[in-house]
Amino acid sequence: MVETETAETKVPEYPGIRAGECPYAPPAELLEQEKPLFRARIWDGSKPWIVTGHAAQREILSDPRVSVNEKLPGFPYPTQAMAETVDHRPLTIFNADGADHVRIRRMMTAPFTRNRMEKLRPAIQQFTDELIDRMLAGPNPADLVTALSLPLPSLMICELLGVPYADHDFFQEHATVAVKREATAEESLAGMQALGGYLTQLLETKMTEPGNDVLSDFAARVKAGELELPDATLLSMVLLIAGHETSANMITLGTAALLENPDQLALLRTTEDPAVVANAVEELLRYLTIPHLGQRRIALEDIEIAGETIQAGDGIIVSLPAGNWDPEAFPEPDKLDLTRAARHHHAFAWGAHQCLGQQLARIELQVVYSTLYRRVPTLRLAVERDELEFKGDSLAYGVYELPVTW
Amino acid sequence: MKVVVDEEKCVAAGQCVVAAMDVFDQRDEDGIVVLLNENPPPELAGEVREAAAVCPALAISIED
Repeated sequence: MVETETAETKVPEYPGIRAGECPYAPPAELLEQEKPLFRARIWDGSKPWIVTGHAAQREILSDPRVSVNEKLPGFPYPTQAMAETVDHRPLTIFNADGADHVRIRRMMTAPFTRNRMEKLRPAIQQFTDELIDRMLAGPNPADLVTALSLPLPSLMICELLGVPYADHDFFQEHATVAVKREATAEESLAGMQALGGYLTQLLETKMTEPGNDVLSDFAARVKAGELELPDATLLSMVLLIAGHETSANMITLGTAALLENPDQLALLRTTEDPAVVANAVEELLRYLTIPHLGQRRIALEDIEIAGETIQAGDGIIVSLPAGNWDPEAFPEPDKLDLTRAARHHHAFAWGAHQCLGQQLARIELQVVYSTLYRRVPTLRLAVERDELEFKGDSLAYGVYELPVTW
Repeated sequence: MKVVVDEEKCVAAGQCVVAAMDVFDQRDEDGIVVLLNENPPPELAGEVREAAAVCPALAISIED
């Protein structure tokens, strides 16, 4: 940790390194602070407030004086690239506040209800079993990331959107380019453009031949004049991007963490109780906290919190992994305990912007965690744990590869 | 117990359904909360309190 002393206080650098001795722990400097919020210096030299306390995070994320509008001066962008491209991003659920946010979000919520996601469980089970069959029939060792973690969520997004089965491979190929480390910026962009072009065509088809799927919902809205076609394409891409690497990395890191905690793995492998599996998923969501670079906000007015005053215009970063490892909310947070009370975690954040796809993620993970280790009881890492390369800088925490054998 | 939901605040997270599926549902057109039972029986009190606690929008309140 590099610290710069000013006349009054030391200001730590943010975000700090994850993947220290315990690669799942949040950066040490975030856990060592006395107060639940404090200033830190980020990549552009600005000093936004970092909120690490679980209770303080809830206050901030549900306060109407806290905005996601990234066009406001002083907004704490996660990266320089995000800062430079702000004008290329239209209004979406990610950057809209208040009435705009409600309007846009409610155009996307119908397909993601708990009951609709429950109905996808058999399809998720089938895809999971087929991917595992394919992995077991292929080379050993295998890379879990390419064999299961990446394809399953993108297949589910296909199902949800209403991409015809015959086009799944095309969809997968282009969706995967965006998350591949070796892909160049040009390749990623080309992949996204191919996908965007394909989705636009499919949306047009569904305007005259609707099905029971998200693209048909969007197509109906375009026909009714509620939504522009390019925005419908964009929203479909948003669903893919948001729901692909996040779930994939939970499958990968969840497997790595469980292999290191054999007693916990045994519990998951042997239980017949869906409630035990469901709770295990919540604990893994807490322990791993995939979206780990902090939710970005900006204060619209002064806010008094925990003895500090956030001033209007100050940047705010809500560190989800720190909130999920706050010992006041989760005793012995460094312990992976699949039976603990974990439902109050912030892996999907909190407040009006809480993850739209959370129920899909839950069911995907319940299925995978209750299937993979039963189907492959001798699953183990094919490399030493310290050979794993963690994606510390990436918006979604994970590893590039997880070589496994059985 | 009396349960009150605020449809304006609801963001369709679905966590209330997970916690107390006999008391809460989500409407078809936009997933916003539907209160199935305004006065749930005492044996559902635990689940209803859980639902109020997990709602990210603080849209559920309980009047005893």
